[in-house]
Amino acid sequence: MNLHVSSRDIGERTLDIVSEMKSLEGPLLPILHEIQAEFGYVPQEALPIIARELNLSRAEVHGVVSFYHDYRDHPAGRHVLKLCRAEACQSMGGDALAERVKSLLGIDFHQTTLDGAVTLEPVYCLGLCSTAPAAMLDGEVHGRLDADAVRDLVAEVRA
Amino acid sequence: MSVRIFVPQDAAALALGSERVATALTREIEARGLDATIVRNGSRGLHWLEPMIEVETPEGRIAYGPVKASDVVSLLDAGLTTGGTHALCLGKTEELPFLKNQTRLTFARCGIVDPLSLADYRAHDGLKGLERAVTLSPADIVTHVTESGLRGRGGAGFPTGIKWKTVLDTPGDRKYIVCNADEGDSGTFADRMIMEGDPFVLIEGMAIAGIATGATKGFVYIRSEYPHAIATMTQAVEIAHKAGVLGSSVLGSVKAFDIEIRTGAGAYVCGEETALLNSLEGKRGIVRAKPPLPAHKGLFNCPTVINNVISLASVPIIMDKGPVYYKDFGMGRSRGTIPIQIAGNVKHGGLYEAAFGLTLGQIVDEIGGGTATGRPVKAVQVGGPLGAYFPRALFDTPFDYEAFAAKDGLIGHAGITVFDDTADMLKQARFAMEFCAIESCGKCTPCRIGSTRGVETADKIAQGIEPEKNLALLADLCNTMKFGSLCALGGFTPYPVTSAMNHFPDDFRPVPLVEAAE
Ligand SMILES: Cc1cc2nc3c(=O)[nH]c(=O)nc-3n(C[C@H](O)[C@H](O)[C@H](O)COP(=O)(O)O)c2cc1C
Ligand code: SF4
Ligand code: FES
Ligand code: FES
Repeated sequence: MNLHVSSRDIGERTLDIVSEMKSLEGPLLPILHEIQAEFGYVPQEALPIIARELNLSRAEVHGVVSFYHDYRDHPAGRHVLKLCRAEACQSMGGDALAERVKSLLGIDFHQTTLDGAVTLEPVYCLGLCSTAPAAMLDGEVHGRLDADAVRDLVAEVRA
Repeated sequence: MSVRIFVPQDAAALALGSERVATALTREIEARGLDATIVRNGSRGLHWLEPMIEVETPEGRIAYGPVKASDVVSLLDAGLTTGGTHALCLGKTEELPFLKNQTRLTFARCGIVDPLSLADYRAHDGLKGLERAVTLSPADIVTHVTESGLRGRGGAGFPTGIKWKTVLDTPGDRKYIVCNADEGDSGTFADRMIMEGDPFVLIEGMAIAGIATGATKGFVYIRSEYPHAIATMTQAVEIAHKAGVLGSSVLGSVKAFDIEIRTGAGAYVCGEETALLNSLEGKRGIVRAKPPLPAHKGLFNCPTVINNVISLASVPIIMDKGPVYYKDFGMGRSRGTIPIQIAGNVKHGGLYEAAFGLTLGQIVDEIGGGTATGRPVKAVQVGGPLGAYFPRALFDTPFDYEAFAAKDGLIGHAGITVFDDTADMLKQARFAMEFCAIESCGKCTPCRIGSTRGVETADKIAQGIEPEKNLALLADLCNTMKFGSLCALGGFTPYPVTSAMNHFPDDFRPVPLVEAAE
């Protein structure tokens, strides 16, 4: 993931991705996922190209991007920590744990630390409800979190 | 022959460190020059014992758990490869009461086989249902499924056979099978476990659905929060395709069926079937008004079967053993087995597949062993974020669609989340409203606006602002949402809210100024 790409590069790479995937049935979500995997977010510059290639209006593409929680309109930190906020995790002290993580990182949900190390995001269930509270750090899962475990996680992303 | 050691790769096991255990074990086996192979299986579902590793011995599999990477040396010293005695030894896996008392039909292979070995799948009765299906007429397959009494496991409990019959009877040159693997409900993980632990059973079930209805293309829509399930399913589809289980000639027959894996994008409402179809089409995940039914005009306006993972994964055994075998389990109009997911503040959390009919009390107190914290159980939420909170007084309710409905609850996708006596039910009611506000697709006002009003009202009650008036307002909002919403997100959010209000009224009283003495 390269966070510093020029608009021209974004255009070219978007076109490559769209060309490769547009023959799929219902290609828009797979294309957006691929674009986010490529750039770390869905750049504004990509939208008109997607719209043109898929015969959609730019507003339609924008409407889709903004509907889904997963798509970012700007790059995240180097790490993304998703903390489960749903009921099973609440039952095991998830709310207190969230407060702890926020204070350790000095940020709220949907924010990125000033050093760009980590973005904190809420997630509503990771399917780890029998090993709550749970979190996902850059795609890796963690269960039965306690104060020590989150301190280690935070140290890991800060390193 | 090399001894097989099983180290689960299920996300719940990974979340508790099974990857580190596997790494340590590999290294130590090599260093000691042992003749042992590590198999990365799914989970057996005893999540409080994960990572639970097993070794195959002539007497059967012996389990050890919960294992940490630092236990590996002492385990091997104790003779792990021959099932040696160790403090972490749990004895024969099959004899563990939590497993022994289950009726594993849908989950028969989960945790036992190598998820990506088709040979293993076949050796454990896999593909027998599909082999049978290719010899039958579509109408006969549909009859089998109808007679089994199978009802949709995604939440609504609609008879699967009837849904399939509608698609079979609807003409169309293109039809689809869509598997709903959005599993957004808190407290649930059965879909995830099957996809990670026995992906071929879902593929087999979808192929049978295709042959039964004349659909040749299937999609599995998996939530993005499940990267491990996505990876396993993607590989399994490739393997099945190469082996001729999928493709232009399913198991050498004249039937064609293919599957594509799609990833969701973090919207709970996309678990609602019509929102899911919109999402697959590349649109916003907005709920569609019905009619038309997806069975008539579904994906790209074509006749479409949309079923939950567990519904589809239950079909192979029905086709293999016959509808009567399946139907004989269960109670009332809830036939067969249900994979109950025991979650939250509970001692023995995990997956428990049983015939319908266990009481809630049996599940929580006996099977689940009470709370993890050791405190009294205060409430259990059954059926995810749209399910009711039940107090102990309702623990005699049997696990059955109708019995739960009769108590103003629902079983949904069969997740049970346990709370101890520290739970604040006003806070839980507020969260139900908040979740609805966050995830609403925005189409109906009662859901979109009502839920936000609900959060504000709950906050006022918590602050002791005009409590009587605001309690009445909250009840009123619930009523409006219940009757004025298009789908069950807005329509069922009142379940957790009103159940919390009705069963736990003390939590909704204004905070007393002076704490009463104990
Ligand atoms: C807000 C909402 C979320 C839902 N989420 C899911 C889900 O994650 N998985 C699922 O199978 N069904 C879900 N459903 C139910 C589906 O709309 C549908 O009933 C189901 O996919 C049908 O399959 P079945 O008959 O096999 O249960 C949801 C419904 C609503 C209203
Ligand atoms: S009830 Fe809510 S989620 Fe369902 S269709 Fe209406 S606005 Fe959308
Ligand atoms: S509720 Fe947190 S993982 Fe399911
Ligand atoms: S069976 Fe080995 S010590 Fe229990």
